Amino acid sequence: MLHDKDRIFTNLYGQHDPFLKGARSRGDWDNTAAILSRGRDAIIQEMKDSGLRGRGGAGFPTGLKWSFMPKQSDRPCYLVVNGDESEPGTCKDRDILRHDPHKLIEGCLVAGFAMGACAAYIYVRGEFYDEIVALQHAVDEAYEAGLIGKNACGSGYDYDVFVHRGAGAYICGEETALIESLEGKKGMPRMKPPFPAGVGLYGCPSTVNNVESIAVAPTILRRGAAWFTSLGRPNNAGQKLFCISGHVNKPCNVEEELGIPLRELIERYAGGVRGGWDNLLAVIPGGASVPLMPKATCDDILMDFDSLRAVRSGLGTAAVIVMDKSTDVIKAIARLSKFYMHESCGQCTPCREGTGWMWRVMTRMVEGRATSDEIDTLEAVTRQVEGHTICALGDAAAWPIQGLIRHFRPVMEERIAAYRKKPMPMAAE
Amino acid sequence: MAATNGPAFEQPASFAFDADSEAELATIVARYPAGKQASAVIPALYIVQKQMKRDTGSAWVPLKGMDAVGARLGMPPIRVYEVATFYFMFNMKPIGKFHLQVCTTTPCWLRGSDAVTAACQHATGIKNFGETSADGIFTMTEVECLGACVNAPILQVDDDFYEDMDAGKVEALLAALRRGERPPAGSMTGRQTSAPEGGPTTLLFAPEA
Ligand SMILES: Cc1cc2nc3c(=O)[nH]c(=O)nc-3n(C[C@H](O)[C@H](O)[C@H](O)COP(=O)(O)O)c2cc1C
Ligand code: SF4
Ligand code: FES
Repeated sequence: MLHDKDRIFTNLYGQHDPFLKGARSRGDWDNTAAILSRGRDAIIQEMKDSGLRGRGGAGFPTGLKWSFMPKQSDRPCYLVVNGDESEPGTCKDRDILRHDPHKLIEGCLVAGFAMGACAAYIYVRGEFYDEIVALQHAVDEAYEAGLIGKNACGSGYDYDVFVHRGAGAYICGEETALIESLEGKKGMPRMKPPFPAGVGLYGCPSTVNNVESIAVAPTILRRGAAWFTSLGRPNNAGQKLFCISGHVNKPCNVEEELGIPLRELIERYAGGVRGGWDNLLAVIPGGASVPLMPKATCDDILMDFDSLRAVRSGLGTAAVIVMDKSTDVIKAIARLSKFYMHESCGQCTPCREGTGWMWRVMTRMVEGRATSDEIDTLEAVTRQVEGHTICALGDAAAWPIQGLIRHFRPVMEERIAAYRKKPMPMAAE
Repeated sequence: MAATNGPAFEQPASFAFDADSEAELATIVARYPAGKQASAVIPALYIVQKQMKRDTGSAWVPLKGMDAVGARLGMPPIRVYEVATFYFMFNMKPIGKFHLQVCTTTPCWLRGSDAVTAACQHATGIKNFGETSADGIFTMTEVECLGACVNAPILQVDDDFYEDMDAGKVEALLAALRRGERPPAGSMTGRQTSAPEGGPTTLLFAPEA
């Protein structure tokens, strides 16, 4: 269990002043120049040693990602911060943006310095209006105090931070779509390679990181990699913001150690499952894109990248969506299928056509207006979408359905049988 | 993008940035490197939409507004149209005075977004998503996850998130809007942002002042 003294986001709920004075009292911007004076290589090494894995969903090691940036470049380099936060269930970056914006801005400076960037662009989803206002205010404060801009923190390094507002499109969370969008185009993912570290924003070397990944960096550098690895589990170091939504008594965000048991997370912080633990049906542990887990798995699963992968789900964004036994689980997943259909950018056929097809079949599955064979067909189609698209939205659309079939096939079969028994098909639902 | 079919509406014959918009544009364009001002297209479209709200009471982006953005940023008009229609937050036709955006994605649905939709329908007379009430006051749109799921269900009114909603709270909110009041956004049960109901169970110390 994480103690308050090891929590990074000490203003998570906005009980205190989010702006410069409050941030300073919480330790932000405390001799940042000293961190920069360690030099690029030392900072990247410390981040590698900390074992921090990206908090945007994929869990890619952050220090390693920074090391891909060129040591010398004749073009400008950029840090691009991903604040698109649109993965259903996920609402943690929102709290950083509105309540702890200086952690993010200081993180932009140290991360950008470490990768030789001249500026950071923070891309925030358009719906986060108040959050953008708060963040922009914090950026203005930081400029005024000389923390960023020319000779940032008196380090001799010039560094800009810009806030960019998106306009409502989940796909812009995908890193190359985000870059396209930032360049003033439709948010359509690019083929990789080339990777952004080679050809990113404006064709220049760029690194895209999640808001939380960047915001934790200054604290890691201050307290050291050894402190960070003392939290969490091997290969799953540190703490993490968890979002607990759905059928719990007290939905909330909370910062905890990676590897906390799911049951403890729900019972200690979210007031338990509605109607008690035995009333649990299933949990989606990492945002809409990861497969759900039935109660039996939830009983003793640990919340970290490797434990969740071992049960064929994933930590994703650590957005825990809880469903109790009253849930129509087919409908819950069908609604996610609608989400992916709505959000597909449409440039690859398997995704554009597949997401619509999967949603239509899922809609029939909700009614039971299908045959048992069609469950197999549906599963087969998810396999044809998965791995056959430019970006991972195709996979994200496939996995929730695969999880449903894997764990709740009998419920789907029952629904179909019940539909058949009905004298008047049109009366279904 | 809001649907472009439906009742006929008139495109204004012209659009010119007013002084407020010009000032905002200048700050925004300065954020991008020289020659990369196309990056400002989304912010510029917001400026158009906001100016339309000021001028006409309805927040939307007319063709002439997109043309003005293109001219200002050195983009062919078609590039601007592409962007404006790709993203969901630009209204391509006039909307009501208040834009009711109901999040119905799974985490909100699990906590009663159906009841929020029904209450919006009941209070406004709107039947379907995408429609505007007969009195022109409300437009109701279905939106996908707003990134506030631990405060589900959410009803977004214009730029404001009203959180932890239920049917009764929706009715009360819409009645207040009709009276010309603007209740403060945030949790409607009065809890501290994303902390659990009843108050935080962590961060109980006062951070060193
Ligand atoms: C469809 C799709 C949506 C995504 N949405 C987000 C998002 O909203 N926020 C985010 O940080 N990463 C998102 N990602 C992951 C990013 O592509 C990228 O991996 C991430 O921002 C890297 O940050 P990290 O290394 O710090 O985790 C998304 C990926 C896909 C395929
Ligand atoms: S997988 Fe879907 S969202 Fe991703 S690039 Fe292809 S069509 Fe677009
Ligand atoms: S599902 Fe409604 S805010 Fe996330």
